[in-house]
Amino acid sequence: MLLITCPHCGPRDESEFSYGGARRIWPDHDANPDQTETAMLDWHQTLYLSPNPSGPLTEIWYHGGGCECWVEIIRNTKDHSISNRQKGRAS
Amino acid sequence: MGNKRWPAIIATPAMRSSYDTVIIGGGGHGQATAHYLAKNHGITDVAVLEGSWIGGGNTARNTTIVRSDYLLNASFGLKNFALKLWGELSQELNFNLMYEPRGYVDLAHSDGELEHFTIRANAMRLGGAGVEILTGQALQDCVPELDLNSAARFPVAGALFQPAGGVIRHDAVAWGFARKASQAGIHIFQKTPVTKINITKDKVSSVDTPQGRINCRQVFISVAGASNQVASLAGLDLPIHSINVQAFVTEPVKPALKTVVNYNAGLSYISQTAKGEFVLGGASDGYNSFARRGSFARIEDVLARAVQMFPFLSRLRLMRHWSGTADISMDGNAIIGQTPIDGLSINCGWGYAGFKATPAVGHQMAELLANNTTPDLIKPFTYDRFANGAEIDDAGAGPYPWHH
Repeated sequence: MLLITCPHCGPRDESEFSYGGARRIWPDHDANPDQTETAMLDWHQTLYLSPNPSGPLTEIWYHGGGCECWVEIIRNTKDHSISNRQKGRAS
Repeated sequence: MGNKRWPAIIATPAMRSSYDTVIIGGGGHGQATAHYLAKNHGITDVAVLEGSWIGGGNTARNTTIVRSDYLLNASFGLKNFALKLWGELSQELNFNLMYEPRGYVDLAHSDGELEHFTIRANAMRLGGAGVEILTGQALQDCVPELDLNSAARFPVAGALFQPAGGVIRHDAVAWGFARKASQAGIHIFQKTPVTKINITKDKVSSVDTPQGRINCRQVFISVAGASNQVASLAGLDLPIHSINVQAFVTEPVKPALKTVVNYNAGLSYISQTAKGEFVLGGASDGYNSFARRGSFARIEDVLARAVQMFPFLSRLRLMRHWSGTADISMDGNAIIGQTPIDGLSINCGWGYAGFKATPAVGHQMAELLANNTTPDLIKPFTYDRFANGAEIDDAGAGPYPWHH
């Protein structure tokens, strides 16, 4: 069981959260309005080929049992240690 | 005494500097591929490189269940072919795999879910599999100890029943394939991790190991939980996340459960071994992990559901517990076949559902490696299906591997 420190609510049990997976940085919609092949490859890269390290992973959790915000943390997938400054996300 | 009377089941040959085909990963799928390369295609110029030891990975640490109750044709076809092969393999390998088709019971917890199971059963019938929908007394007769009467939170509406489903002795699968491949002249090297995959002019040319370089015509990666790490040696990104899965075994008691039973309001699957132990498994831990250390929340979750099905289980103690790394793809289905790199093929993304398909993957991949054409059964499982929008998502869960 993970103990995740929410920037708004403090340390909370994993069961209060839903997993959102590795943080994805989405391609800029407006920069590629035509959906060119490059844009499609960018979307494929972001959606499907997100990182899966054996080590530190920047990931997001939804705190549904608390502040109802997405929380970004860096967790080591080898030992589940959570290392970083936790950061709240607007949505 | 020290077990000295047992002969080694695989040879320990000297490593050559060159092989036609290198298989990375000595798990069930890799060894099955080696076996069928020798048996069906007469190809034995093959090295199987295992970073750990034979029988030390997921092949010998799963809940031993085999079945083919899948809705989508691609998923069903491959597993149903595997079920046919399982029936022949004890003879073929001269190794008792203890395949016991005791029947697989998949519980539905509402009328709507049972209707969905009926669709799946009908799809399986069209594919030639024997399957029934059981309700009421018929289900009780099939699984006498199943509690159908209590005021359960998720009452049982009925079940999909596949008589050919059952269990197989999993470590025998690992050893049986390895021994047969070794007898055929294929070289198996344990404790031999691949440290580099060398690519010359866009084509695979060799792999590096601590014991030296091996030149080869083609490389096949089949390493389950380590797929991302090994594929990255060739610069290949995979649409896969690695997630922890757990299994447990109780103390042994007298026979009380013949079939394999799966609870679906939250996963919990259970069978009883020939020794009398109950083997239990559930869903993944739900987030990326290479820790091989399970969360207690999932153990509690699996056991609570098991006790709801079989209340007498609450009096048993757990004896052993395993965690393993499962490689789950973005649509929950495997990726099998050639990669964009010439001479490099891969089999990965099986998550915690790969054991049952072991011989079918080996059979089909051997055909691909021997003839350089992709056989029909694995055609849908291409690496590029994600870029092309041709996902095979049995659960309809989307690109979230921890939900598959």
